[in-house]
Parts: sequence; structure tokens; C-alpha cells
Amino acid sequence: MNRFLWPLIGFIALLALLAVGLTLNPRDVPSPLVDKPAPSFSLPQLQAPAQTFSPKDMHGKVWLLNVWASWCVSCRQEHPVLVELAKQQVVPLIGLNYKEVRGDGGIDIDKLSPEREKQMVLERAGEWLRQHGDPYTLSAIDIDGRVGIDYGVYGVPETYVIDKNGIIRLKHTGPITPDVFSGKILPLLATLSK
Amino acid sequence: MRHWLTTLWLLLIVAGVHNLRAGEAMPLASDEVTEKRLVAIASELRCLVCQNESLAGSGAELANDLRREIRALIKEGKSDAEIMEFMVSRYGDFVRYRPPLKGSTLLLWFGPGLFLVGGLVALFLYLRRRQRALNDSPLTAEEEREASALLQEQDSRRGQS
Repeated sequence: MNRFLWPLIGFIALLALLAVGLTLNPRDVPSPLVDKPAPSFSLPQLQAPAQTFSPKDMHGKVWLLNVWASWCVSCRQEHPVLVELAKQQVVPLIGLNYKEVRGDGGIDIDKLSPEREKQMVLERAGEWLRQHGDPYTLSAIDIDGRVGIDYGVYGVPETYVIDKNGIIRLKHTGPITPDVFSGKILPLLATLSK
Repeated sequence: MRHWLTTLWLLLIVAGVHNLRAGEAMPLASDEVTEKRLVAIASELRCLVCQNESLAGSGAELANDLRREIRALIKEGKSDAEIMEFMVSRYGDFVRYRPPLKGSTLLLWFGPGLFLVGGLVALFLYLRRRQRALNDSPLTAEEEREASALLQEQDSRRGQS
């Protein structure tokens, strides 16, 4: 009896370990930025390119920063959720348009001048929002993805919840589904807004 | 023969095109020292998009951006440790192929050693028990007599049947 008991226990332990492993999402990389101040930046606004946006402008408010691009397929999936969220005016939603032109594999960036690229960013991103609806209070444009690197962006869409003191409280990678919003983001917003 | 030559030519052309593409994917900086350091650092880092590739070997868009960023940091005169810190502060320990030694990674670092020691102890115990079983104490004279009596009895029974 004892002879078979220990290998059996070992086997069950291994099985349990592997079963837990199966439920983990390897794409979900814990961000070191959570509970750290949101990196500062100053970027032109999509709808008013002469003006800039900086996270400092949102000081004193709880807000969401949503990284998006027109070439991003999953962004299309989460967009209706964002539009709905904007309608209900739950929380200010700032868009960060990430590498609109150079992120699109079909475009050879070396052939574009910086001015032309910026112009294309404004056209493409603007057109996309006109087509699908604009849930954003405003969108900042990160043409070369530098700000994205500071925020540790590695897979668009990504969403950050930032509190009144400018501290990142949550990072969600991947599209926001209604479940993620009501289960993860909304409760956090409620505690942060207190 | 002609057939072979055509195939060979085609292969050469394809290989040539391939080389050109590879050159495009990873533009070399002008100076070799920077490039060598870049490759050394990037080999230690994981590409976040295609997680089983290093930053040095990945052709992903983000990997390109990050290599460009590292190149800029090298040019600014940052040390390797500072560049590592730059990456870790943004993407976490996950980007490092060699995880740092700390509380949450103790099992990762010493787990294999623990398994080895555990296995050796188990093996040792097993062998000792086996050895003991084999070297069983010899029979006493009394036991010997009893055993041979039993054997004889069995033999005589067999002879009858």
C-alpha cells in the first residue's frame, strides 16, 4: 500500500501544478508600473493637433488611458464597450493613439517624411473614429511609439486606470469586454473615486 | 544537367533576396562597438510580442523599437545595468531571460537543486533498505533444522505422487 501511495501523491501534486498552469495566461505580463506614477508625456491631440495633452492635465481626476490604433483588430472588438462607457459618462476616457501609421505593417515608413506621417496619422485615426464613434474625451497621438515604451505597451489595446494623484492602479492588456469592465474596472473606479 | 543548373540558379537568387530582407530587418548602426553591445544586451532580453524569442533575434515591430531605444541609450553613454533597469522598469522582470534572485524567484532558482537533493536522499534510503533486506541475518541452527525437515517432508510427498 505504502509503496504506491507516495508515487500517487506525487503524481496528483504534479497534476495539480500543471492544471493551474493551464489556467494562466502567458500573455498577461504583470506590469511593474502598477502603483507607480504614470509616466509623464506631452503629445499633440488628435482633434486639435496644435494643442498638447499631458497626464498632468488630469490631476485630481480618476481616468482611463486607452491605447488604440486603427490597424488593431482587437480594438475594434472593444470599441463598442468604450462607446457605451462614454455614453454613460462613468469616467473620463483618454485615448493614446499608438503608432497609427508605422504600426501598420503595410506601410513602408522609410519612404515617408515625418510631416507626411503625422498628417496620415491625423487622417487615418480621425477617419476611424468618425466611422466607429469617438468615445474619447480626447486622444493624444504617439506617432513613433516612444510614450508607448514608457508605459510598457506591448500589445494594443491596453488600458490603464489612473487615480487622482496620477498613480497607475491597474493595467489591462487586451480588449475590454463587458465582463472585464464590470468585474475589474468598475469596482476599482468606485473605490478610487471615494 | 541543365535542370540542375537552373535549380541551383534559382536557389542562389532566393538566397540573395533572403539576405537583403534580413539586412532590412535589423539595420546596423555605423559603429561596431555599439552594435556589439546592443546584441549582447538584447540577447539577455525577451521579446514581449513573440515571447520565446530574444530581443536580438526578433523581427517584431516592438523589438525593432526597443532595439532603437537601446541603441540610443548606448549612444547616450548609459551602462549595461542602467539599460537593463530601463527595460525592467517598463516591462518588469519578465523581460529578463535571467530572472533576478529574490523572494518570489527562490523556488525557481533552487527548485531544481532541491529536486536533485531530494532524489539523491530517496535513492540512498532505498538502496540502504534494499541492502539490509539482502543481508538478512543468517539462520540459527534451530531454524536450519526446521527448514531442512520441511524440505525433506515436501520431497518425500513428491516421491509418493
